[in-house]
Amino acid sequence: MNQVALSAPVAAKRVDRTLWFGWFAFAFLIASQAIAIAISPPDRDMGDLQKIMYVHVPSAWMTMLAPLTVLVFALRYLVRGREEDDLLAAAAAEVAVAFAGLTLVLGMIWARPTWGVWWTWDARLTSTLVLFMILVGYLAVRALVDERERRARWSAAVGVLGAINVPIVYMSVRWWRTIHQIQSSPATVDPAYVIGLRLNAFAFLFVMIYCIRRRYDAALIERSAERASEAAALGDASVTGESLNGR
Amino acid sequence: MSTWRHEWRRARAIAWKDLTAERRSKAGFNAVVALAVTILVMFGFALGPDAQVIRDAAPGAIWLAVLFAGVLAFNRSYQVELDGSALEQLILYPGGRRSIFAGKLLANFAFVALMLAIVITVGIVLFQVRLPPNWPALLVIVLLGAIGLVTLGTFYAAMASRSRAREVLLPLLLFPMLVPVLLAAVEATKALLGGNLMGDASAWGRLLAAFDVVFLAAAFLAFESVIEV
Repeated sequence: MNQVALSAPVAAKRVDRTLWFGWFAFAFLIASQAIAIAISPPDRDMGDLQKIMYVHVPSAWMTMLAPLTVLVFALRYLVRGREEDDLLAAAAAEVAVAFAGLTLVLGMIWARPTWGVWWTWDARLTSTLVLFMILVGYLAVRALVDERERRARWSAAVGVLGAINVPIVYMSVRWWRTIHQIQSSPATVDPAYVIGLRLNAFAFLFVMIYCIRRRYDAALIERSAERASEAAALGDASVTGESLNGR
Repeated sequence: MSTWRHEWRRARAIAWKDLTAERRSKAGFNAVVALAVTILVMFGFALGPDAQVIRDAAPGAIWLAVLFAGVLAFNRSYQVELDGSALEQLILYPGGRRSIFAGKLLANFAFVALMLAIVITVGIVLFQVRLPPNWPALLVIVLLGAIGLVTLGTFYAAMASRSRAREVLLPLLLFPMLVPVLLAAVEATKALLGGNLMGDASAWGRLLAAFDVVFLAAAFLAFESVIEV
């Protein structure tokens, strides 16, 4: 496995840039939320409840995008074997869990007053839940396997298989439900709501990128610290990454 | 061609080894089947004595019992290799690593198929299920479901059995992945037991078969990178 190299000044610079991007992302998010809530009229049926759309729907989009990021980096890790890809996949998985959880909770809060129930076994809801569970499994593998290369390979395999499964779950649950009841189709959205939705989609995208980057920075720094202490323990400052391989 | 035959022989040898060990000790199989039957009985208690209710719940209860008990079987199949580091020996032998997976798959399939035979028989009696006239179709569904369960179970157990907290990790990884298998198997079984009035069973059966093919391929491709380290 290739080793990540990160010197202290480089790390500090990276973290700085990430932080600035974070300020931008959250400022953009607040502005987008304000604009969306200000310009959209109350919905005919739902009234101001509709406003939860501006957090729920973008969050749901990120719940699709973040696991896709995991898949891309997991595959790249399996092909190239670079540790960076593994750390990026792990960072994306953590963020994906957070967004999936957020989407589920926000969905429940929205479902209770509009549908009258917290939960229904609808295809989208159920496959989001299963996706959440698969991601938790991915993080469990990372937590329960200590050896670095083993953890990287296994979690990559878990990530790829999990990603394959998500469309199958969606299909099977859809089928399962539609046999018994007619599925409600998503309502067409009025143009007054579209701008707010688009703005917030970008805001959430920026926040997601920031979160992944921040987790990745932290992982890089952790790795550098680990390697420094390994080198110190071996009593040799000139120990290179290569000679630490194959442990 | 000859390499294929060679790999097939290796897979068969591994399966034979596993099954022979199991046949001679019987400890694993007996315990796992006993657990599955116990789960069935507990479902019977939980769902109440109403004959119609438990008859409707029978397919779900039977598949869940097999799922829960299967987890123990899959972990065990690698656990016996880890004692005395037999797995390293196995990996060191010449030939592809995939034949290890194929061998374990065959052995676990035989194990689960036998368990299913017992659990379904007990389930039919306990849950007062009336067998439909087209029971061979039911057999096909059961076998397809077993293939899906065993494929993913054998794959994830290769990781879980070599990690900390393997008892927790395997179900955590396996159960969400098995949602489509469980759904398709239970619904197809239900449809067949209910007389298959709307022809649902074949649709679910096709989904089950598609799932089996996709995950057999994926597991075979990914196994190499899982077993190497």
